[in-house]
Amino acid sequence: MDEELIRQNIRQREELIKQNILLAEQELTKLQQEMQKEHQKVLLWESRATGAEKEHFQGLRKEIERQQQRISLPQQIEYQSTALLLAPQTTIVKNVLMAFFVGGTICLTGQVIMNAFLQAGLSKLEAGGSTSALLIFLGAFLTGLGYYDELGKIAGAGSIVPITGFANSIVSSAMEFKREGFVYGVGARLFTVAGPVLVYGTMVSMLVGLIYYFLR
Amino acid sequence: MAQKKIGKQTIQFSSVPVITSAAAVVGPMEGQGPLGDKYDMVCEDTLVGERTWEMAEQKMMQYSMELALEKRGLLAGDLDFYLAGDLLNQIICANFTARFLNTPFLGLYGACSTMAEGLCLAGILLEGGFAERIGVSASSHHDTAERQYRSPTELGTQRPMTAQWTVTGSGSCVVERLGEGIKLTHATVGKIKDLGVSNSNDMGSAMAPAAFDTIKTHLQDLGRKVEDYDLIITGDLGLYGHTLLKELMQKEGYSTEKLNDCGILVYDPKQDTHSGGSGCGCSAVVLTAHLLEKMQKGAYRRILFIGTGALLSPLSVYQGETIPCIAHGVVLET
Repeated sequence: MDEELIRQNIRQREELIKQNILLAEQELTKLQQEMQKEHQKVLLWESRATGAEKEHFQGLRKEIERQQQRISLPQQIEYQSTALLLAPQTTIVKNVLMAFFVGGTICLTGQVIMNAFLQAGLSKLEAGGSTSALLIFLGAFLTGLGYYDELGKIAGAGSIVPITGFANSIVSSAMEFKREGFVYGVGARLFTVAGPVLVYGTMVSMLVGLIYYFLR
Repeated sequence: MAQKKIGKQTIQFSSVPVITSAAAVVGPMEGQGPLGDKYDMVCEDTLVGERTWEMAEQKMMQYSMELALEKRGLLAGDLDFYLAGDLLNQIICANFTARFLNTPFLGLYGACSTMAEGLCLAGILLEGGFAERIGVSASSHHDTAERQYRSPTELGTQRPMTAQWTVTGSGSCVVERLGEGIKLTHATVGKIKDLGVSNSNDMGSAMAPAAFDTIKTHLQDLGRKVEDYDLIITGDLGLYGHTLLKELMQKEGYSTEKLNDCGILVYDPKQDTHSGGSGCGCSAVVLTAHLLEKMQKGAYRRILFIGTGALLSPLSVYQGETIPCIAHGVVLET
């Protein structure tokens, strides 16, 4: 087998791949074996070459590798569409309703707490802060007692999105990684779940702040 | 009564399987090392043209197996089994290489003893008549290992003098029931030894007792002496571990002249690796690129190749566990 033959094979396969048709199992296996054979041949040439010649073979090898990835795509798509048809249905309507009611209940609880603080004579700003603090405490406390994950199982986004969910993400990490010690465990991994929220939350608020500053 | 087992832990391959072909692919730093011109392929950078280091390591493993097959004029389809392993979580490099090769695959995890473990199992499968040809691979990569086991690669830390440098590279062998090459005559399966070392920056001293136990058991099982071997080579004890192994052997009256270590051979002391090389790739590339060639040239007639593995995980270290270590021995003859 020489380079000319390999290039010829590549061109032939390219035509086949472009048509994007589902190949018969046997034919696909045959082509894959052909490519494996060519690939290891070119690899050996490449390993024995130097300089420009090495790069030349590297280019040829990359071409084969690209074809190796593309050739089984129709087969993959075919299988995945079959799998999709047989996949167990997710209960979207039920999930959305539960999220709505549980999330709503948490927010309602927040409103009740806030009203109670306002009644007790706190200013609006103080009452808002105190309400958040109390909700965070409740989220953390229920996580510690092992109830919040049970709630999350039913409520989904309904219990993740409110501030109690944020408390849950941090406390659950702390509980999980305590076994790896306080430095490499709790210290290093406390924000495993909440980290992205903090990083991008802070960044977006800075961006919005900047926009607000210039538009004002 | 096990007929092919001798003594406590040693297996005899009476049909004598043969390593007919081997290849090693390494990264740039290994290429600059003392064995630089012996490797089949030295990659220009540690990414090997891939997007991630993990993918690069996988490609190195695949390339080394492909080269070993090509040198022997075989295809992946000619292999009855493929045995491979690496250091990454869930041995992903081996899994993805097996996906490419499309041969019956058994994944191995023996940490840095993977090559010896693979050869031992290949010998058993061939001896038992379950296969005609088997591919064996092991790989490691400095950057993938570092980020998994220790800290981000760009973190500015000082590595202690006991630390070893994970070899970026992969070695593969084709082992056949019949053929021309280096013969596989015996294997000694190791036991876990754990003498309480828990520092993940000091694998050498953790593994030395395991290596010693396997060497001692091997010699006792076969009634051989150190002098019966031209070379007894451990996988990746490094300078410090090697010194400790010598100490342990001398204490019990064994000669240490024939002793060497792949972790010492793979790098030059000037390369600032501190205690030498480590990783699955360390013993794999030294065996496939250096030792087998030397045997073919007649420099060694019989060697005892000891793969040494520290079977820790980052999690077990953080949880305060000590490091269980293992060593498997394989006898190679011309």
